[in-house]
Amino acid sequence: MGRRILITGIASFWGSRIAKALESHPDVDVIVGMDTDAPVIALERTEFVRADETYSILSRLVTATQVDTVVHAGMIVDSARVGARRIHELNTIGTLNLLAAVGAAGSPVRSLVVKSSTMVYGAGPQDPYWFSERMPRVAPARTSVERSLLEAESYLSAFVEDNRHVRTVTLRFANVLGADIDTPLGRALTLLLAPRIAGFDPQIQFVAQDDVVRALQFAVEHRDLSGIFNVAGAGRLPWSEVLSLAGKAPLLLSPFATRLIIAPLSRLGLDLPPEIIDLLRYGRGVDTRKLLHAGFTYQHSTLSALQEFVEGRRLKAAVGEITPTYRYESDVEAFFRHSPAVVAPG
Amino acid sequence: MPQGRSIEHSNHGALLSLRPVADPPEPAPEGRVTDIDQWGRSAKARALIARLYGPLYRHWFRAEWEGLEKIPAEGGALLVANHAGAIPIDAPLIMHGIEQELGRPVYGLADYFFRRFPAVGTAWSRGGGVPAHPDNAYRLLHDERQLALVFPEGTKATGKVYSQRYKLRRFGRGGFVDIAMRAGVPIVPIVIIGSEEAMPTLAKSAALAKVLRVPYAPLTANMLVLGPLGLLTYFPAKIRFRVLDPIYFDVPPDQERYPRSHVFDEAEAIRQAMQDQIYDMLRHRRSIWFG
Repeated sequence: MGRRILITGIASFWGSRIAKALESHPDVDVIVGMDTDAPVIALERTEFVRADETYSILSRLVTATQVDTVVHAGMIVDSARVGARRIHELNTIGTLNLLAAVGAAGSPVRSLVVKSSTMVYGAGPQDPYWFSERMPRVAPARTSVERSLLEAESYLSAFVEDNRHVRTVTLRFANVLGADIDTPLGRALTLLLAPRIAGFDPQIQFVAQDDVVRALQFAVEHRDLSGIFNVAGAGRLPWSEVLSLAGKAPLLLSPFATRLIIAPLSRLGLDLPPEIIDLLRYGRGVDTRKLLHAGFTYQHSTLSALQEFVEGRRLKAAVGEITPTYRYESDVEAFFRHSPAVVAPG
Repeated sequence: MPQGRSIEHSNHGALLSLRPVADPPEPAPEGRVTDIDQWGRSAKARALIARLYGPLYRHWFRAEWEGLEKIPAEGGALLVANHAGAIPIDAPLIMHGIEQELGRPVYGLADYFFRRFPAVGTAWSRGGGVPAHPDNAYRLLHDERQLALVFPEGTKATGKVYSQRYKLRRFGRGGFVDIAMRAGVPIVPIVIIGSEEAMPTLAKSAALAKVLRVPYAPLTANMLVLGPLGLLTYFPAKIRFRVLDPIYFDVPPDQERYPRSHVFDEAEAIRQAMQDQIYDMLRHRRSIWFG
């Protein structure tokens, strides 16, 4: 029997991309995607279910679809455009509901893959240069997104304790760069002047957007993989060098009272979430050897992820969006999936 | 302490090149525009610092080494030295000296305190400064087989007043011994004289230190003589270094934990040996200024 997979956060960039990647697997029978909004890219055979913010329909959904694998890609890591309240609902309460559904008596789920972030390590002056998976964070978590991710991960570790029969993989992704995805650092690099805190030149580590999808896919496919893994490109780059490679002049921000100064600048398009300000001061590095030992191979290092991003931006500047914008129409999707009139290829 | 530092150390060889790293540490990959390494150190910045420090090292302090050949020419080693002076000159002098004489980079492990300050923290890391986190030290020594320099007394030594000169403070909690054991590298003690007289602290203000959020706020003899310029100017004391015999620990590396008492005894033995050597050097010193 083929695999039956549920993906949360299907409307997010990652949810859609991982669904698309899994659709081409012949041994995946069913993909169900759940989110509060419709998917953002065209999907062949993924079934979309609309949920409320806290994922309260999850246990019904899991029982009804008899999925064996859940990919939790719905956690929010970019707090620039989402309120603290919604972050709490989606990340903390959403994960709690998800774990309750997956761990319920008689649940068919045997694999759980969670997309988390290296933001759980924070960024501070006392940090080691490279965090490995077992190291606790040093700087206190002060922002809502960091707190919610930590809470979600603590629920998750309790879940792992209680549900040894469920294979759980937590992937902590470094700051993502990609021409197609909107991330805080990606946005910072597309502004006229890129922000830089005067006197600080942190070492930043990126992961390429394609490697994120590939790592999620790797975690779904490898049924002997379990535990927490950092996912990031090899090497780190000083932020000043990132700017010169991206061809950006710096907008120097005062190292004192930085948050106060940034508040009015957000009207000019400079929306730096507080956790990114800490990052631009102290940087962050994660040790990726654990996932490499497990057999994952990266396509991009930090440097090549940046180069790929820069080239992608150039192309966009020259010809505009390459992929046509997609809008989910439920009756159209339902027709193509379920109408007897549609002739299945092959 | 070293809660972290987790994964399969035995397998490192497969992923990391373990050859001794020359200066610059790695050929910059295609597409890089600076030579800043993974620790924030830049060989170009070091060369600039060397140009500035060369005259200071040679003509101002007339630095002299004894036993330099005891520092391993390759492989990781933890250099341990006595710390002195309100704004200590010992770290840059040792780093400069070894880089010039042996051609090996030295990473200076220091309090993370530097990183909080704009410009200072960046300049410090370009020059080879690394926050003294146990995991950073382990990586430098074990994975990258570099030389790392640490002052186990910490700010307790640089914050002491002149009347306490050359009396070694407590060597922390022996963390440096623990790291060397874990990384499987020797400890090479270095003692320095002259550093206490280059910028002696006459008095300290705890209240001012609190306001400025610094470990100590000293009034130095240099400030008394030279005014604000004294913050940056050292007295031309003759600086002498003596490298002691490397200490190899007879324990397997990469253990979860080493017996506290063993670590403490080793740390105390090193402290005592360094203290004895300092007294010996002072016994033979005829003049503060001429050595």
